[in-house]
Amino acid sequence: MTATTPRTAPTADGSVRPGRPVRFGGVSFLLRPRTAVVLGALVAAIAAVFAALLMLGEYEISLPRVAAALAGTGERLDLFFVRDVRLPRAWVAVLVGASLGVAGAVFQSLSRNPLGSPDIIGFTGGAATGAVLTILVLGGSMLQVSLGAVVGGVATAGLVYLLAMRGGVQGYRLILVGIGINAMLVSVRDYLITRADLTEAKAAQVWMIGSLNARGWGEVVAVAVCMAVLLPPLLAMGPRLRLMEMGDQTAHALGVPVQRTQALALLAASALTGAAIAVAGPISFIALAAPQLARRLLRSDGTTLFGSALMGALLLTAADLVAQHAVGEARLPVGAVTAVIGGSYLVWLLYREWRTGRA
Amino acid sequence: MSAETAAPDRAAPVREEAAQALDRRTRAHARVHTARALGLLAAVGVLVLCMGLSVSVGAKPIPLGTVWDALFANDGSYDHSVIVELRIPRAVLGVFVGAALGLSGALMQGLTRNPLAEPGILGINSGAAAAVVAAIYVFGLTSPNAYVWFAFLGAAAASAAVYALGSRGRSQATPVRLALAGTAVAAVLQGLVYTVIVLDDFVFDRIRFWQVGSLVGRDLELFSRIWPFLVAGVVIALLLGPALNTVALGDDLAAALGARINRTRLLAAVAIVLMCGAATATAGPIWFVGLTVPHVARTITGPDQRWLLPYSAVLAAILLTAADTLGRVVLPNGELEVGIITALVGAPVFIALVRRKRMAQL
Repeated sequence: MTATTPRTAPTADGSVRPGRPVRFGGVSFLLRPRTAVVLGALVAAIAAVFAALLMLGEYEISLPRVAAALAGTGERLDLFFVRDVRLPRAWVAVLVGASLGVAGAVFQSLSRNPLGSPDIIGFTGGAATGAVLTILVLGGSMLQVSLGAVVGGVATAGLVYLLAMRGGVQGYRLILVGIGINAMLVSVRDYLITRADLTEAKAAQVWMIGSLNARGWGEVVAVAVCMAVLLPPLLAMGPRLRLMEMGDQTAHALGVPVQRTQALALLAASALTGAAIAVAGPISFIALAAPQLARRLLRSDGTTLFGSALMGALLLTAADLVAQHAVGEARLPVGAVTAVIGGSYLVWLLYREWRTGRA
Repeated sequence: MSAETAAPDRAAPVREEAAQALDRRTRAHARVHTARALGLLAAVGVLVLCMGLSVSVGAKPIPLGTVWDALFANDGSYDHSVIVELRIPRAVLGVFVGAALGLSGALMQGLTRNPLAEPGILGINSGAAAAVVAAIYVFGLTSPNAYVWFAFLGAAAASAAVYALGSRGRSQATPVRLALAGTAVAAVLQGLVYTVIVLDDFVFDRIRFWQVGSLVGRDLELFSRIWPFLVAGVVIALLLGPALNTVALGDDLAAALGARINRTRLLAAVAIVLMCGAATATAGPIWFVGLTVPHVARTITGPDQRWLLPYSAVLAAILLTAADTLGRVVLPNGELEVGIITALVGAPVFIALVRRKRMAQL
């Protein structure tokens, strides 16, 4: 962008959307009032849910006491619940949600398909199978289970990608191969789960659904480190990804190194998904729904990585709130809540888009 | 005058040639039908062989001679009662469940003109699973005999929802649409199932065994309840062959030829729900039989639904009986459930179909 940039930016449908170019040194971007308002509202909503996560529970703590506990003063019981139990769990929800949101946005942008997500290309199913194998066959520790999940996920995603490749990877073939591989993995998991004893089988099942129960500061640090390494390069790639959504050739003509960007973005997004799954299990549908919701709220033409991150964080914290308090005293795994909400959202999305004739 | 007599003389060889060509075509047609009928007969022969193997192979191998005696000269010995009370019902069940799955897969593919339509992908399995979970959790039912009706209802509701969602809009239901609609509906139902099995260990312990499709421990009483549905579905399906051939021409052409498309669709849907519901209620979700078998059958019969349907039924019955028998011998001890074997065998075939450059157009 040069100094002659107009004060308004034309959009795909020919209308003109208000926006103001902002420059920080070598970086420039358009600032739109709507973007600022929506991102602000998302942050506020996350903060509200975050506060509710800290306050609610069997031992309820009022907001002033939560604030006091966060500041390091207050009763010992308050300090324990807020700082050692609820705060790390809430942070895990925020970070894992944000990771999944960004990863989903990258997957959808690269496949130019609103349904391209780690769920559908088999990453999630492979991770679940890897983890169940580690839990039931190898009897591994928490760390080893996480490792098994990451290895399973990467291996499966690679396999699906290779099998779908035939003169280039086509979107629908990728999805259908993913469905086939997933069915095999499900039957392997079903087999393992019927052969284990009830307690172990249940533990494996809960892990497979995806849960935030009993997550502590160790997990927070793990995800935070992964995000700190992977997020900046991905955010920096954002503008290039948006150019590539116009088509590989156009992007190439505009000076985007298409192949390299594609490979790097896929690698980073897969690693981010892997980190999230290793900590919280394969939580479904956040990666699918968050980018779509963010895009609709922001009325943006392309992928918005930052908005997707915030939306993912909001979705997962809200789902965790529902999971913890919706069904009496039982603590549902958060993945059960996201499957119902996310699946319903997908049904609605398909219903709406196909009614209007877009596929 | 000579010109008038010459004209018919010149035309005669042409007429004769046309008559011969027609005759050749008719005879070729008859030959094809005879060959297909013989092929079907051979397939039935293989099926009977598989059933015999299924009865004689197991934790305790029983020679075929003893099987024969058990049928026609039963002396009440242990071997004979094992055969009559356990193995023969299981073999018969395998044949019926397999035939039902193969037929409903062929029907779905013919009806939606979609090469990837399949009971599992269309959400029937997850619908039945959700309903069975509800039956155990809410109503406290524990035996397959009791929750068979719930599985029926769940399968019917889920398949109706997926088909409605997948065929919305101006154009036809495409493979991807139906698959994605199935994925979405299945995800919601799966989430509900997750919720219940986390809350209740008892339900989890039941459902983990049900959700692996299996023929183990299904008794004659269960079969006596569901066979009318299976038979009704199979009969409707086989009678629909000619009507489906017309529907395959496309809606407009079929309507112009006087076909009653909506009636055919409705009957086919009823047959699918009857067969899939009954099969899934009995054996649990079994993946990929309904998907792959019609494709194999199509390579033998071509697109003619009148032959495709019976071939699909017989070949699927062979596959399921053989997989069930294989599951008994493949592990050193214990059995591998038939649903696992069919998924592990079927999914690679599915992927191979997807990888083909042009997917089979229906």
